[in-house]
Amino acid sequence: MKRLFALSAILLFGIAFPAQGGEFDVARHQMVEEVSADMASSSSYGTRSAFGPAVIAAMEKVERHRFVPADLAAYSYLNRPLPIGYGQTISQPFIVALMTDLMNVRAGDTVLEIGTGSGYQAAVLAEIVSSVYSIEIVEPLGREAAQRLKSLGYRNVKTKVGDGYYGWPEAGPFDAIIVTAAASHVPPPLIRQLKPGGRIVIPLGTQFMTQYLMLVEKHKDGSVTTRQILPVAFVPLTGGH
Amino acid sequence: MSRPPFIAIGLLSACVLAYEVLLTRFFSIVLWHHFAYMIISAAMLGYGASGTALMLLKEKIAPHFGAVYVMSAAALAVLMPGAFLLAQQVPFNPLELLWDKTQPAKLFAVYLLMMLPFFCGGLGIGLVFSHFGKQAGRIYAFDILGAGTGSLGVIGVLFLVPPHRVLTALTALALLAAAVAIVELKMRAKWLREIFVGLAVLAVVALPAVQVHPSAYKDLSQALNFAGARVIEERSSPLGQITVVENTLMPLRDAPGMSLNATSEPPPQLGVFIDGNGPSALTRFDGKLTPLAYLDQLTSALPYHLLERPRVLVLGAGAGSDVLQALYHGSAAVDAVELDRNITDLVSQRFRDYAGNLYNQSGVHIYEAEARGFVNSSDKRYDLIQVALLDSFGTTSAGLYGLSENYLYTVEALQTYHGRISPGGMLAVTRWLTLPPRDALKLFATAVSALERSGVSHPAKRLAMIRGWKTVTLLVKNSDFTARDVAAIREFCRTRSFDLAYYPGMNAGEANRYNLLAQPYFYEGAIALLGPQRQEFIDQYKFYIEPATDDRPHFFRFFKWNAAAELFSLREQGGMPLLDWSYPLLVATMVQAIVASIVLILVPLALSRCRRTLPGVPVALYFLAIGFAFMFMEIAFIQKFVLFLSHPLYAVAVVLCAFLVFAAVGSWLAGHWQVANKVTLAVIAMGAISLLYLAILPHLFQALIHLPDAAKIIISIALIAPLAMCMGVPFPTAMIRLANTAEDAIPWAWAINGFASVVGAVLATLLAIHVGFAAVILLAVLIYALACVSLRRFA
Repeated sequence: MKRLFALSAILLFGIAFPAQGGEFDVARHQMVEEVSADMASSSSYGTRSAFGPAVIAAMEKVERHRFVPADLAAYSYLNRPLPIGYGQTISQPFIVALMTDLMNVRAGDTVLEIGTGSGYQAAVLAEIVSSVYSIEIVEPLGREAAQRLKSLGYRNVKTKVGDGYYGWPEAGPFDAIIVTAAASHVPPPLIRQLKPGGRIVIPLGTQFMTQYLMLVEKHKDGSVTTRQILPVAFVPLTGGH
Repeated sequence: MSRPPFIAIGLLSACVLAYEVLLTRFFSIVLWHHFAYMIISAAMLGYGASGTALMLLKEKIAPHFGAVYVMSAAALAVLMPGAFLLAQQVPFNPLELLWDKTQPAKLFAVYLLMMLPFFCGGLGIGLVFSHFGKQAGRIYAFDILGAGTGSLGVIGVLFLVPPHRVLTALTALALLAAAVAIVELKMRAKWLREIFVGLAVLAVVALPAVQVHPSAYKDLSQALNFAGARVIEERSSPLGQITVVENTLMPLRDAPGMSLNATSEPPPQLGVFIDGNGPSALTRFDGKLTPLAYLDQLTSALPYHLLERPRVLVLGAGAGSDVLQALYHGSAAVDAVELDRNITDLVSQRFRDYAGNLYNQSGVHIYEAEARGFVNSSDKRYDLIQVALLDSFGTTSAGLYGLSENYLYTVEALQTYHGRISPGGMLAVTRWLTLPPRDALKLFATAVSALERSGVSHPAKRLAMIRGWKTVTLLVKNSDFTARDVAAIREFCRTRSFDLAYYPGMNAGEANRYNLLAQPYFYEGAIALLGPQRQEFIDQYKFYIEPATDDRPHFFRFFKWNAAAELFSLREQGGMPLLDWSYPLLVATMVQAIVASIVLILVPLALSRCRRTLPGVPVALYFLAIGFAFMFMEIAFIQKFVLFLSHPLYAVAVVLCAFLVFAAVGSWLAGHWQVANKVTLAVIAMGAISLLYLAILPHLFQALIHLPDAAKIIISIALIAPLAMCMGVPFPTAMIRLANTAEDAIPWAWAINGFASVVGAVLATLLAIHVGFAAVILLAVLIYALACVSLRRFA
């Protein structure tokens, strides 16, 4: 009888606390380690060879498996982009970490995101800064992301569905902006809503394929320069020139 | 059953070829156009596999010849829409090919599904060959006559009817082929004839149009997901399916690579998508120039700061952005060339008011023509030739055009443009910025070669290149750049935070100031390409940036194997997107074709009982060789004529049709021609004609390019006729010989020939990328010669 009780208790425990959660924690930790190792070998990005501790902590904390469709949860800690419906993707974790790192944000900052997608990038940012404003152009995606972020307790993320072109002037100016929606140009209103000393990060390429990242830096005098950053350590020419 | 069902064969063959053309349209709309290679290969595989099936089942099929023939036509009718619908259910996403291990299997599933209709078509045609072997010449003639008519006819029909409607018509045509066969074969079940005719009518009247579901990752699919988006116009032609999208909530604002210093934004625009790719912008224009200020904030505006009221030629007018840019900058006159009438009609008719009657403004002339052909045949001079940025950033950056031939950016093209520029005028070409640099450096290398070939002693003095954060603009001047020009270039870049990549006399310190790269790649590349170590630089560069030529017109091929290996190993760190993946996809298609052919064509034959009775290796080699050589010839000559006929679509249709029809004539004649060595004679003639053409065609085309289209079509057909007639001889001659010596082996030969065509179609493209089309033609002649040797052995 005792044995039966013990077995039932174990079974009940298993149902109440599925092993999955623990497995996901391990997988997430492995993913972060992998992403960090990738960063260490990626020398083409500036002079730094490691992500900031805040970025690492955020990546460790945010449960990516809650931001992907249920049937893809098993793949959520692979270092790859995944489809989230409506022809959109959740970016590769390495790229998310890289973009977050490039934004150079700190606690107390206010950031704007154009292209909420699944809400994962917003959640990562929300772990670091004090407020995140995020706009999504695809209505159902925006609604789902808002719901998801709310249920996960991200009270410092404000979302809306609409045109990202004019930014979120009432909430600006921003310390950093990230534009994950495809854009043929950087909307002038976004540059106006960026604080001097602030940064805009824009990935260029297609869904599943980030070709390069653009970092826009607004200097104290209001002038703007950009840096084009290849996420990968790849030199087109070796041995001369 | 003394007479083969000639008309039914022609109808069946027309159906299969029309379906093949139609599928390439479907796949362009659903995915991207380079899947055309997969379709050709799937078609040939189906033919090959049908030969094997016939060989293995010949004893069972022979007594029911008529019934099996009718059933294959009926199955073709069902499977043409059926296989496509099933293929759409396979969750294949090419963008995930490199991420997801299950994608290659899904691609293979699509490939096999697309093979099925061709299997049925091939079964019907192969069955007639094996049953009436001695009449192979006439059967072959009807077969390829049908094929020619089908491929040409469907292109004509596609101008009038959207592709999904054409599919229904093809279903009806296949059912009609079944009915005709019943009559021709004098089958007893006459009621079946009525049933098939009835079904054909029903298919046209009642069958719902096939739903085409474009990939969710295509630009159009994404744009339609945006709140407020709606389709306001759709047009279709064989050149592409055009969709105009309006979004009143969040209008499109397209200003590719606009300066970050710009304060104004584009006015509202409509998005024009071609086959779901794009969009290019149809900009609202009310006659006022102020809202167009954004057009001065693009790198492509540079030449207007160096030229005073230029006479401009815009190549690739599209929905009008470059014409607006020319007007904004006070150009004296604008000639604009656009290939697709559906697009110019949008601007000049359907949305005339929205576009401010742009194409009818005074000084603006729009020409419906292919860009290169227009420049070739015109003797007008321009102060500025502007080559527009027509392909979308997404498709370019994803390496989707790596295999397509493009005659706009070859050395010869740039020479032609250069020859049409007035003294002191210039050519301006704008491309997307890719990192590490690919397009821009290849274009620069191409321009250097073009200037050298045109006899310019110091190309370095006539070139200038600038880059923004997303676009690159190259200027090629018809005289040396002056100090005043240079000052204007520097000022233009300074005020817009664009970077100087190269101008004559530039200091290294001026490069890489506003849009910082890890190294000043563009400047370094330009300097290397102008210096004595140019070839060494090109060879060592990890992307393929050798100038494109008319013989190797693959401008968008940047793939090199050594870089691919390195990038693949860096895939987790984001190396994968730098792979120009259409090239590996072509290689994968070929591997897939070989594997599938071995499994479906060769293995069953090798394992079957009948292998002992099969003819020897020389016969196999013969059918293998003529399969390869025919495909090589056809594909290479299509490319040679594309330039002359200017219009890619007409060129493919005219050349393909001429090849097939005259090959049919050749095979017909071969049947009646009582000469011992007719194959050898035909091959010798073919070799001589090919060599002659390789020598004279470029000069002949140059001399005749100004003629009207109709004349050029007649000349092309006249040129192709003797060549194609010779090419029509080897296949039926050997078939007739087999019919006399080893009749049972006819399906086997049909299968081997099919296999060679499967692989040959893809291999021809692959070879052309590396060695050029001229070499592919020479190789074809050589293979035909080998076939002659084999034929002697098997005689």
